Formats: sequence, structure tokens, C-alpha cells
Amino acid sequence: MKQNRRDFLKLVGLGGVVFASGLGDIAGAADKAAAKTAAYDDFFFVQLSDTHWGFEGPPNPDAKGTLRKAVAAVNSLSEQPDFIVFTGDLTHTTDDPKERRRRMAEFRDIVGELKVKSIRFMPGEHDASLDKGEAFQEFFGKTHYTFDHKGVHFIALDNVSDPAARIGDDQLEWLATDLKQQPHDARIVVFTHRPLFDLYPQWDWATRDGAKAVDLLLPHPNVTVFYGHIHQEHHHMTGHIPHHAAKSLIFPLPVAGSQPKRAPLPWDPAQPYKGLGFRSVEAEVQKAEYVITERPVQKG
Amino acid sequence: MKLSARGFKIAVMAVVLGVGAGVMSAYVAAQPTEQVIKVSAKKFAFTPNTITLKKGVPVVLEFTTEGVLMGFNAPDLGARADIVPGQATRIRIVPGKIGRFTFFCDIFCGAGHEDMTGMITVVEPA
Repeated sequence: MKQNRRDFLKLVGLGGVVFASGLGDIAGAADKAAAKTAAYDDFFFVQLSDTHWGFEGPPNPDAKGTLRKAVAAVNSLSEQPDFIVFTGDLTHTTDDPKERRRRMAEFRDIVGELKVKSIRFMPGEHDASLDKGEAFQEFFGKTHYTFDHKGVHFIALDNVSDPAARIGDDQLEWLATDLKQQPHDARIVVFTHRPLFDLYPQWDWATRDGAKAVDLLLPHPNVTVFYGHIHQEHHHMTGHIPHHAAKSLIFPLPVAGSQPKRAPLPWDPAQPYKGLGFRSVEAEVQKAEYVITERPVQKG
Repeated sequence: MKLSARGFKIAVMAVVLGVGAGVMSAYVAAQPTEQVIKVSAKKFAFTPNTITLKKGVPVVLEFTTEGVLMGFNAPDLGARADIVPGQATRIRIVPGKIGRFTFFCDIFCGAGHEDMTGMITVVEPA
């Protein structure tokens, strides 16, 4: 979709890449980000995604260590976030239900080392598509839910428990009911695993009925979506709604359509963990702006 | 619509593939003279996974699977269908443009699901 205004402003420096996303005074937000003063007095959260615990293979020779390094990196932040969200694919898929649960238990133990104890979990298709989210729910609770935090209404949408990558009519009805209860100008943040728009259906980077969710969200002027699945940073607008994809913590995937197959990018021994990372998101609630700082697994 | 034929149910979908995403689909019966290409979908591969078609020449892809529900999706050709165990799923297509078009299983079916891909190549008729 054509972007006819400058909704994203990219800044480089301060140890990360910063995006300002929202509808208000973008330049003002950027100035504040650059100054890195105490301007962001609202709150921030951290998004981690696609950890794929249980994966083994050449794309990540440190598959058993990367998640622990990410946990350490989050714990080393000078300020701790209000909460942490994992946007799916916590574990790498397995056809064995016992092994799936073993991986989820190990994952839960590792992230239990995070200093911040307010953690929101979401499933990816690797966690939930083979058993409709049964094991995930045993360990991490509901697959779709809402919560409110300091003036922002958060909605976690499940587009993976259906192996056909549908949100489904029941959940869409639940979403519509929830949105009707929100003020028109509510600050709304949506978490999901797959993109809600057709990013690249040829690689299954889509949600079959994602457009229905976007249609429900569009009447609200202050909506932002954070998701995972594609193992790389990506930013896209559907109307006035920004969609921000997060990096993975296991292996990066190529840019959509840049190579014949959706195969992991090879591990680079000269630049270990290249393309991996997590992000912090500063929420400036009054302006409905979110400043994204991409952070590496390791400081290098 | 499901048709009973040859002892099993056959789902038939016609897809006309045109330039500029001009796609028409409906459940219709295949014509007797049209080529039928049988494709097996199993964990975790389509067989065959490379298919060559001729532009403008109708063909029917007939998918079968055993065990679990799978999907066929060729987004660039506007063609998709569920592949239901115990049934033959037929998709009638008339390629309207030449090129190479990826297809894949779009129903998560197991640990090797992401490897279930294939390629349809559409060429000019000889």
C-alpha cells in the first residue's frame, strides 16, 4: 500500500535503530528520542519473538544459548520494562506432543530468569497449529486476550491455533465486541504472530482472514500492530494502522521474494547473531506514538 | 460441491488464470478431454512438486492425501483448495500467463510442513 505521509522516522544511534510510529507529532517524538532525555515518562515494554526453542541446525550453532543471551540482555537494560511480550513461536514445532511440552517447560524455565515478571505470551504456528493450542494453553494460558496498561488497550489476537491460519469467526466476533466497548479514540495496540495483511502469501506470510480484523480496527484512529513470524524487522501501513514485525531470536529469514525459497539466512561466524534481536517500545500514550528501538542479542 | 465418481468423492474447482489477477473460480466438472495431473500430498512433500503447464490449455490438478488435512495454495495463480484425506480434490486451471509460480501447503501439517513447496511453470504452447 502506498504511504503518502511520513509515518515512520528512522534514526540511527544510541546503540540501536529507532522508529517513531504513530499519528501525532512525529518530528517532536524523534527529537525526544534523539535527545534521550526523560521525555518518555509513560512506559515501555519489550517485544521478543520467534525464539523457536528446540530448533537445532546450522542456521544457529548457538541455538541453546541464544535465548539465554537475550534474557540476559533484557535483564541488563538500565531501566526495566513494565512488561514483556513474546509474540509467538516460543518453541520449534515437533510432531511429538510430549516433546512439545518438554520444550515449552524448558522455555518457561529459561524466561523465568527475566527480572520482569509481567510477561505476556502468545503462540505461533510452531507452538499451536498441530494441537489447536492445547499444549500452549497448559503452560501459558489463553491464546487470545486483552489487557489494559496505563491508558493503552492491548489486544492479543490468535491467528495460529487454526492450522489454516485463520483468526476465525468466533474470535473476530469477540474482537468486534471488545472494540465496541472502547472509546473511539482509544489507544489500541494489537499483538499477533502472523501479519494481518498479505505481506507475501507466496511464503505463507499472511493471515487468511486478517483483512477482517483490519477492517474492524480501521474505524479506530489510534491503532498499532506488533507481530512476528517473518524473522526480520518490517514496517507496513494498512490505511492509518502501522504494522511492525520483530526480529527472531533463532535465525533471520530473507526479505520477501528475495530468493526462491523461504530458507533461513546462513549463520555468519564473522558476525554471530547478525539479524537477531529484540526491541523495546516506548509508549507515549497521549500522542498514541510508539518509539521502537531494535536491540541486538549481544552488545558488539 | 462434491461429486461421487470412481468410488470416491471428488471436489472439482475450476480456475481461470489470467493476466492481471483475473481469476474466476467455480465448482464445475472437468471436460473429458482435459489432461488430469495427479499430485500426491503427504508428509512432507508434493509428488510431483514441479509441474509444467501450457498457457491457455486447460488442465485439471487432482490432489490426494492420506492421514491429515493439507492445503494447496498457488497465490500468484489465485488457486487454493483443501486437500481432504480420503477424497480427491480437483482444481481445473487455464493458465493465462507464462512464468514460474510457487505453490505450497497452507495448512500446518507437521514438523516438515514448511518444506512442502513446489513450482508450476507455465510455458507458451508449442
